Amino acid sequence: MSLLKVTNLTKSFGGVSAIRDLSFTIEAGTIHSIIGPNGAGKTTLFNLITGVYTPSSGSVRFDDREIGGVEPHKLAALGMNRTFQNLQIFHNMSAVENVMVGAHLHVQKGLAHSLLRLPSLVRSEVETRKHCWELMDFVGLGQYRDAEASAMSYGALKRLEIARALAAKPKLLLLDEPAAGLNDTETREVDEVIKRIAGQGVTVVLVEHDMKMVMGISDHILVLDYGAKLAEGTPAEIRSNPDVIAAYLGNVG
Amino acid sequence: MSAFLQRHRGLLILAACIVLLPLAVQNDYHYDVLINAGLNAIVVVGLNLLIGYAGQISLGHAAFFGLGAYASAILTTTYGWHSLAAMGAGMAGVGVLAYVVARPILRLKGHYLAMATLGIGIIISIVLNTEAHITGGPDGMSAAPFSVFGYTFQSEKSWYWLVGGCLLAAVWLSSNLIDSPIGRALRALHGAEVGARVVGIDTTHYKVLIFVISAIFASFAGSLFAHHTPTVTPSILGFIKSVEFVVMAVFGGMASVMGSVVGAVIMTLLPNLLASIEDYEPIILGAIMMGTMIFMPKGLVPTIAKMLRRKEAP
Amino acid sequence: MLESTIQFILAGLTSGAIYALVGLGFTIIYNASHVINFAQGEFIVIGGMSTVALVAAGLPLPVAIVLATLVTMVVGLALARFAIQPAKDADVVALIIITIGASIFLRGIVQVVFGKDIHSLPHFSGETPLNLMGATLMPQSLWVMGISAALILVMAWFFNATLAGKAMLATAYNALAARLMGVDTKWVLLSAFALSALLGAVGGIVVTPITFVSYESGIMLGLKGFSAAVLGGLGNGIGAVAGGLILGVVEAMSAGYISSAYKDAIAFIIILVVLVARPNGLFGKKGIDRV
Repeated sequence: MSLLKVTNLTKSFGGVSAIRDLSFTIEAGTIHSIIGPNGAGKTTLFNLITGVYTPSSGSVRFDDREIGGVEPHKLAALGMNRTFQNLQIFHNMSAVENVMVGAHLHVQKGLAHSLLRLPSLVRSEVETRKHCWELMDFVGLGQYRDAEASAMSYGALKRLEIARALAAKPKLLLLDEPAAGLNDTETREVDEVIKRIAGQGVTVVLVEHDMKMVMGISDHILVLDYGAKLAEGTPAEIRSNPDVIAAYLGNVG
Repeated sequence: MSAFLQRHRGLLILAACIVLLPLAVQNDYHYDVLINAGLNAIVVVGLNLLIGYAGQISLGHAAFFGLGAYASAILTTTYGWHSLAAMGAGMAGVGVLAYVVARPILRLKGHYLAMATLGIGIIISIVLNTEAHITGGPDGMSAAPFSVFGYTFQSEKSWYWLVGGCLLAAVWLSSNLIDSPIGRALRALHGAEVGARVVGIDTTHYKVLIFVISAIFASFAGSLFAHHTPTVTPSILGFIKSVEFVVMAVFGGMASVMGSVVGAVIMTLLPNLLASIEDYEPIILGAIMMGTMIFMPKGLVPTIAKMLRRKEAP
Repeated sequence: MLESTIQFILAGLTSGAIYALVGLGFTIIYNASHVINFAQGEFIVIGGMSTVALVAAGLPLPVAIVLATLVTMVVGLALARFAIQPAKDADVVALIIITIGASIFLRGIVQVVFGKDIHSLPHFSGETPLNLMGATLMPQSLWVMGISAALILVMAWFFNATLAGKAMLATAYNALAARLMGVDTKWVLLSAFALSALLGAVGGIVVTPITFVSYESGIMLGLKGFSAAVLGGLGNGIGAVAGGLILGVVEAMSAGYISSAYKDAIAFIIILVVLVARPNGLFGKKGIDRV
């Protein structure tokens, strides 16, 4: 059974279709990439899948449950999480607190516990912080344990978002351009992180422009053009697909 | 124990100030001013949870303060209730009212939310002003003396200790809340609302929750105020009073519990210090509001704290 | 029954015209800077009070009106220059506090300069009521409605037919693009404050003979004007005018038929209902979060 099944999905903004009649499936336990030229609708697709936008028509099924228009926080509880191309970091908090927010679903958070700081809350907080530090180590942010988010570099914040998403223990993790704006070393590090995440059984979907990274780590690639599917298949199939070469790779050169 | 000291440094400093202040107090008038400062501080500590931490403005919080005050005044005199029961009923009623209005209006953002909270405050204030047969109208009404377990608070000194203790409790509860998963959720939805929702935070739920909590803080302080003040009049819940609460939070420091206390105390003392130039009070208040936002947008306490930290760092 | 209805509508349109002017003032400033100027109501008071003072000093009414309008515009410019421009990058809450601070500040100044008394002006053309289908109408109401309509038309012309007006609209639409096209956005901000001060001052002057003016009267008028702007959808000039008139008429009707004590409350109840049902106002566009 597929983890995510998108059928005839359409989203229009004031008459302009950003996503047109799109269908595809994502199997559990693999790394998927969505590529396409700027404006192809990749981020819109992410926003539709993760509940930030409501579809104009069509269906999105996650874990065999219809999720079109379901609010993002409920999707997170179902096991879906994501990062953002333009970052949605909580700059008013420390780095580890950002990750701890990601763990919100799984921690002790009763009102009375919080107001009175009862022992069970203190225990839960200590464990959560420890776990979140481990997640920061996991994505290579060990040196930022005590940093404020506002003092971190762009590349570090990208990975902080990944750690935050992992703290929610997702089944499906969507990464919106995880390597954008990173230098080569940082890109390779993110590459490794993604492989390690997939190695733990989390299904990863990424939107990415860095072709080397996409071709290197993806099990499956979906190519979008003007909001519609141009092609899909393994990296080898995509590389040799004449439509893709003409419409996209050819232009990039 | 040292972890407790570390965590509650602000609380301990505040406790020390409350214990030591009476040494400098010379008469009942001074106590009266300090009591009002403390009551305002309780409101502002709660309001700052909403404005400073969760980033949601309210220009109507004086209404919740006023409703608490009127609940205590009406229930203890007209209906002869025990003062604690009246206070509890006021807090419960205000909590329910805040919940009912919060769900629809907290979907609004920025100016629209400001307008909606302001409107609710004004509507409540008009109702209390108009229903004179219940509230005494513009003349106001008095509450019965405040008594707990047979002890009646009469002297200014006893009120000082009562309010001081309540303020410490309010600060303790708020500090705990901020440093909890709920507090993180509030700060997160302020920092990046979409990011918070996507990682599983029901942002509407938390906005409503903190609106209700801050309203209950205001109602609690309002009840105490009603018992302490000679007469409760509708002027305590007008638009201007709501603005004053916001100013206290902003001046002292948004997203700072101690800032709320400092802001409330300074802004309560100021009119008394300026009593001789009473006519210039609005000019000074307005100038402080503009000046704080332009030159010190984080507010007094966070700005000073930052300066001290910079000095400590090599 | 019909007479009283007409009577209420006329009263409503008179106050609605003022709400429309104030609402339009809010809109112009909002479009130029995304600031909600809570000091808008003070422009009305400063306009009305200065005219009263200048007339009392012996100046003829028309001269007093022109001077008072200029005074108010200078206050508007000073507000923009010294309170808004230095805090241009502040967030919404900060800007709300700045303009509320400005309104309290200006109210304080008015109180010190002109005192706490309630003042009035003579009616511009006598106090003989006109008869309109059984309802009576003060000539001053015609002045209020006429001048307001004229000002609204002038504003419409200014924003749609003059280069300066178009530059201001372009800034509202996309400040960066306007700057790149050579529009001086600082100038736009100052002009917006001057224009809405003008609207407020003139509105305040024409309405003073009917409603009187005191240092405190700006609070409610400002809030009502803000309500008008929100009702129409922030940033929508025509919406603000429509919102002002709707607010005025509904208020007068409810004062007449329901309870005059709850007149002000009803205005705010309408606002709340509209905001909850249509969070972007009656004529506003739906916003979308971009991530």
